[in-house]
Amino acid sequence: MAIFRQSFFFILICVALLTGCSNKTPSWQLDDVQGHLPDLKFTLTSDTGRTASEQDYRGKIVMLYFGYTHCPDVCPITMARLAAVMQKLGTSADNVRIVFVSVDPARDTPALLHRYVTAFDPHASGLTGAPDQIESLAKRYRVAYEAEKKNANGNYDVTHSSAVYIFDKDGHIRLLATPNSTIEAIVHDVQQLLQS
Amino acid sequence: MKISICAALACSLIAATPAIAAPHQSAAIQVESGWIRWLPGDLPAAGYLTIRNSSNWELALVSEESPEYRNVMLHRSVEKNGVEHMEMVPRLTIPAHGSVAISPGNYHLMLMHARHALHPGDDVHMTLHFSDGEVVKTLLKVRLATQLN
Repeated sequence: MAIFRQSFFFILICVALLTGCSNKTPSWQLDDVQGHLPDLKFTLTSDTGRTASEQDYRGKIVMLYFGYTHCPDVCPITMARLAAVMQKLGTSADNVRIVFVSVDPARDTPALLHRYVTAFDPHASGLTGAPDQIESLAKRYRVAYEAEKKNANGNYDVTHSSAVYIFDKDGHIRLLATPNSTIEAIVHDVQQLLQS
Repeated sequence: MKISICAALACSLIAATPAIAAPHQSAAIQVESGWIRWLPGDLPAAGYLTIRNSSNWELALVSEESPEYRNVMLHRSVEKNGVEHMEMVPRLTIPAHGSVAISPGNYHLMLMHARHALHPGDDVHMTLHFSDGEVVKTLLKVRLATQLN
């Protein structure tokens, strides 16, 4: 009888270990682009006026968006949605950053970027720089952008990518959020990234 | 008798005219839920609202202005193949007994060069001109940048 009891516990322990060891494959609600794009890497000027690089974001989930401050509709709604994600993450948001990269460095000075991004989230970052620095980062993620013709008042629009690029704590590209992605889907996936 | 019949006919004709009535009915257009997303500095802002057309005719929004902004122009955000751009919309049709939502990610009133600093909670006056000559004045409430809809 003792042997049976011992065998039973032995089997129980094995099953427990095996269940514990098996990696539950996470399911993503956003587009899974792991391995399809390079790691986060850049040299730009932050909205505080200092030189910034990807090292400043190590240890944080980064939600990166290319836009410009003179964009009245799409950029603000995207930033508002990302701000809502941060709200829903609660204290977990401490390890997440919204990073807004300007595709209009001519008008987007660090000071203006700072006012803009902090209107949405106090921890959000803005990045600007020399045109070739912006181009380098945009090319890295195959982001197309183009300044349109100036109108009579000297104003112009800039066409730009609609996607939000999400990197894990080690700077690896993981997910893409599109205008159709719900706030809940972004929260779900970012929480999953935080846990892994 | 004849005069009475004529009078009756005339009266019924007059009574029937509203069906072919002049389109200058002030009740044809209703505007609701107007708001503006506040942004810092002198950045272009977006105004949103819903326009309802209760008339039997298709109407169109043909121009817009505000005393609070030097320039107001209806635009539309368009996404194609992952790229965003904006188009000017000189004329926005509102179907008979229908409505159009000027809302985030879609149509928006692009508001440029505020004449004085605006803050969340302020009211902005907007005047909308329609194809039938109708002029509708409305107020848009300035809201925080984080407002979603």
